[in-house]
Amino acid sequence: MLIKKSADILPSEITPRRVYEGRREFVRQLGRIALLAGAQALPFAAAHAQSGQKIPGLKKSAFSTTEKQTPYKDITTYNNYYEFGTDKADPAQTAGKLKTRPWTVSVEGAVAKPRTYGIDDLMKLGAMEERVYRLRCVEGWSMVIPWAGFSLSDLIKEVQPTGNAKFVEFVTLADPAQMPGVRQQILHWPYVEGLRMDEAMNPLTLLTFGLYGEVLPNQSGAPVRVVVPWKYGFKSGKSLVKIRFTEQMPKTAWSLANASEYGFYSNVNPKVDHPRWSQATERRIGEGGIFAQKRATLMFNGYGDQVAQMYAGMDLRRNF
Amino acid sequence: MLLPARLSPKQSTILKGALFILSLGPVAVLSVNAFTDNLGANPVEYLTRATGTWTLVFLCITLGITPVRRLTGWNWLTLTRRMFGLFAFFYVCLHFTTYIWFDQYFDVQSIIKDVIKRPFITIGFAAFLLLIPLAITSNSYLTRKLGAKRWQNLHRATYLVCILGVIHYWWLVKRDLTQPIIYGSIVLAFLSARLLLRGRKPKVRPRPVATAREPA
Ligand code: HEM
Repeated sequence: MLIKKSADILPSEITPRRVYEGRREFVRQLGRIALLAGAQALPFAAAHAQSGQKIPGLKKSAFSTTEKQTPYKDITTYNNYYEFGTDKADPAQTAGKLKTRPWTVSVEGAVAKPRTYGIDDLMKLGAMEERVYRLRCVEGWSMVIPWAGFSLSDLIKEVQPTGNAKFVEFVTLADPAQMPGVRQQILHWPYVEGLRMDEAMNPLTLLTFGLYGEVLPNQSGAPVRVVVPWKYGFKSGKSLVKIRFTEQMPKTAWSLANASEYGFYSNVNPKVDHPRWSQATERRIGEGGIFAQKRATLMFNGYGDQVAQMYAGMDLRRNF
Repeated sequence: MLLPARLSPKQSTILKGALFILSLGPVAVLSVNAFTDNLGANPVEYLTRATGTWTLVFLCITLGITPVRRLTGWNWLTLTRRMFGLFAFFYVCLHFTTYIWFDQYFDVQSIIKDVIKRPFITIGFAAFLLLIPLAITSNSYLTRKLGAKRWQNLHRATYLVCILGVIHYWWLVKRDLTQPIIYGSIVLAFLSARLLLRGRKPKVRPRPVATAREPA
């Protein structure tokens, strides 16, 4: 028998992500079906997106990589999100209670049109795309993640930064009532991250609302986060409540914690090691079991074509 | 005391057998999970951390035997000390193997670079090297051959191994020091207890540990 395979079907479409997922996901699915059934019974319920809901009208993006995507289960059970605990398994267990509606993001500072956006308005600001990006963690592991969102520049153009806007600061939620990790002074709360203005305007910088075509699960930074794929993962702040345009370089969480180990730029760079470990290689999560070998880390995480010119003439060893 | 100071030969055989099987628990669970691909998103990291943690746990248990014996008068605890020490060595061997095989894939250059780049690995490696002579001289033949005094002096290196183990952990964490602080406190408590109880002889002298049932 001849089995025909059309060339324009992406591997990700052939292998549904459900295949990767375990029992717990199945149970979650059942819950979702029950929820959906409930929502149909009550036509006015579920007026806004909740974690796990499909994001409609996603366009494919030219910025996507075609590499094998990391299973949903790995992406959502292996998280560095210290507000929910320092173990990577913690956020999946403790983030469930985070209330992501109502939610506002205040966009302020050196802008002509400051505004506080309700999350559902913010989601409508740009055309949502699916962007499959590599994510490289400073700890030496990486994933391939299909995010959903639009370029942060869409928002920045809306609020019209003034000439004084040299940097963008991302302030994330720090609510001890909902986030057990915040009750300990492990990092300086709230977690603050930042970008230079040109980095923030780079089309790769994604204001992100979804994962695998669905609204972000809480442990991945719901309801809105940034994703800066050429920088180490910690630069991509989660659960944003404030975006501030400043003249001064923001004091970011990990730099405050340890300035000699974590710089403001933190571009992925295999040639500049972390003071305590090499950054030359990385372990791709979900790629085989214990016998899988590490792979070489790429300069700017492989996004040099889009971003290298922003750092022309800069000493990346000093500006790490 | 609820428990006797001494055990009958039969009781001690049962005790040792039970503790032996219990101590194999972690490696059994890890093996099953490794073969069923159940070690989470980053199996190599999981294995490294689990074997490292169990090494430290067995080191702490070994360190605690003498002070607890002195405090409680349960002299039979001495019977278990060598076994726990050897299990610490067993788990550090697994830990080290995980590192050179699954983490580094026998890339000697990368390993050397790592040892230099990451002081915590240097410290861990030192602790591992120190454990080797202890493991070798743990059998009754070499114990007798060395003589009690020299054997004891040599095996005091355990204190250093425990301290190095804690420093190793301390230096490898990124930010949250809770776990190394816990293990550090345990090691510190046992070491101080040993110092404080040094003069205190157990009420009942332990039976000579020289064993008849050792395979020839
Ligand atoms: C007596 C000796 C040793 C003890 C007690 C020990 C103990 C530990 C402990 C407790 C951890 C952390 C577990 C966790 O994070 O939950 C660990 C991690 C680790 N150890 Fe050891 N270890 C020893 C020797 C070694 C040696 C010889 C090496 C390699 C040459 C090594 C390499 C590592 C590595 C690579 C990690 C993982 C670090 C990470 O996940 O970032 N250790 N060890």
